[in-house]
Amino acid sequence: MTEPRTQARRRAADLLRGTGPRRVVSHLLLLAVALLFIAPLLYALGTSLKPQDEVFTAPPTLIGSEVRWNNYVEAFQFAPFARYFFNSFLVAILGTAVVVAASSLSAYAFARLRFPGRDKLFVLFLGTLIVPQEVLIVPMYWLMQVLGWVDSYQALILPFAFTAFGTFLLRQFFLTVPAELVDSARVDGAGPFDIFFRVMLPLSRPALAVLAMFTFIAYWGSFLWPLIVIDNVNLRGTVPLGLTSFMSQQGTQWHLMMAAAVLAMLPSVLLVVLLQKNLVRGLLTTGFGGR
Amino acid sequence: MSIAIDTTAPAPGVSPAAPRGSRLRDDRRHALLFLGPSLIGLAVFTLFPTVMALVMSLFDWPVFGERTFRGLDNYARLLGNPVFRQVVLNTCLFVALYIPLNLVVSLGLAVWVSPRIKGRPFFRILFFIPVMTPVVANAVVWRFMYQPGGLLDSLSQSVLGSPAPSFLASSATAMLAIVVMSVWQGFGYNFLVFSTAIDQVPQEQLEAAAIDGANGRQRFWYVTLPMITPSIFFATTLTLITSFQVFAQPFLLTKGGPGNNTATLVLFVYNEGWRFLHMGLAAAAGWVLFVIIMGITAVQFLGQKRWVHYD
Repeated sequence: MTEPRTQARRRAADLLRGTGPRRVVSHLLLLAVALLFIAPLLYALGTSLKPQDEVFTAPPTLIGSEVRWNNYVEAFQFAPFARYFFNSFLVAILGTAVVVAASSLSAYAFARLRFPGRDKLFVLFLGTLIVPQEVLIVPMYWLMQVLGWVDSYQALILPFAFTAFGTFLLRQFFLTVPAELVDSARVDGAGPFDIFFRVMLPLSRPALAVLAMFTFIAYWGSFLWPLIVIDNVNLRGTVPLGLTSFMSQQGTQWHLMMAAAVLAMLPSVLLVVLLQKNLVRGLLTTGFGGR
Repeated sequence: MSIAIDTTAPAPGVSPAAPRGSRLRDDRRHALLFLGPSLIGLAVFTLFPTVMALVMSLFDWPVFGERTFRGLDNYARLLGNPVFRQVVLNTCLFVALYIPLNLVVSLGLAVWVSPRIKGRPFFRILFFIPVMTPVVANAVVWRFMYQPGGLLDSLSQSVLGSPAPSFLASSATAMLAIVVMSVWQGFGYNFLVFSTAIDQVPQEQLEAAAIDGANGRQRFWYVTLPMITPSIFFATTLTLITSFQVFAQPFLLTKGGPGNNTATLVLFVYNEGWRFLHMGLAAAAGWVLFVIIMGITAVQFLGQKRWVHYD
């Protein structure tokens, strides 16, 4: 009885997998697509290491007559990129700290504390997600003027640090922590803060890591808001702003600009590679990206 | 990981037998502390500005100088402004080109890079890289590629023997160039969404269909596709919302040009607010965008009953 059935299943599996030559062709074509897809980044990397007079050549070359690592040094001399990178790291790290702290605290309240109106308040929290950043920038800029925060680090960090994304993501995770753990800690006299710091946070490291990485990357690439709130780019400019002003001033120094662009991409690429396993989960629950 | 819990000395005042009422009161006090930072932050930086945007849109509100109440005047001026009408149309054109291209590329590749493809995790990461790298860095690279003498032009010269058109300077190609760059940058997100959804399709059903003689295309149309409609809904809705907000690509690649051919709604908000310093008008344009986005989202949610299968 079972013999023909397993045979049928095996045949079905073969059908699904595709056979021999077709399978090889499919893989080769896919590699070609992947190469085409990544070509702009390889071209940028190649150009960043070329001598200036070889930037525009026909036919195009990937690698110039010499590999000039010195372009990267020159890019830092051409524009204050050291300053931009320092600012970007500072803002992204502090911003991430604020986001993770505020959202884990509120997520705990929504997941584990009992208080009247909790679920209605949570819906209100989520409701704020529908307001696009572009609606907020005009009044936000006015608010920054009133507070005297134009051209300040806090203006780069705080205004978009309080979103319901993090709260939502962490609440979902906190809900999966077994109630018995919390209850037994409570029986032993632990207050909400003990439970939060000694039970919830240690158990939630994967979720916290996902939130932290996505937040860091969002701050790192942020463009519209810094463009608006930073006038003195040389002092408070972040990497994206630095690249923009570089582009308009040094329009002909393409090899240096590619070097700067490659450096700007590096932290994000490293994080994506580190993030791999958590990528799918983190992204689907935060709704990050999709631009 | 260590969960240090002292079991020897029960804290005074808190015993398992404590009446329910006192626990509730306790939580309420703590809830305020836990929620405090987020509540204050959201109130100051989201709720208040949302309302203020509406208020500002009713004023003639220069960055510096006298503010005067104008009622709905700003909205009337927007409707009568040919540039505004054009940026709305441009934004719709971008969305109309970007959404289908993004969905076809991401869904097509997700089906192609199926679980039976070797090195699947590698492709997932590869396609996701430009989603995570700064938009400005991506745009700088693409401006270099589109540049006369850049990669596309020099390829065209050496392969076809004639120079490529100046993609970003010609009104015929500028918007398309922006769309292509945006799809390259953005499809990796939907690719990942679809790819994980395809993983959830039960293998037995695909096998059963294969035994019944369904070919690859039929298996996709009648088994896989209906099962991933919730993901398609999620991806379409999110991509629609974000594509109406497109700003960095036109700002960095064309500055909205040539003419106003690639200027989008958010670029209009930026120009009115920070080049011409008309904050009231910029706020009104922002609210128009908000209303468009809410309308689109509502239509999506109303329409989903017809084609999304949750089961």
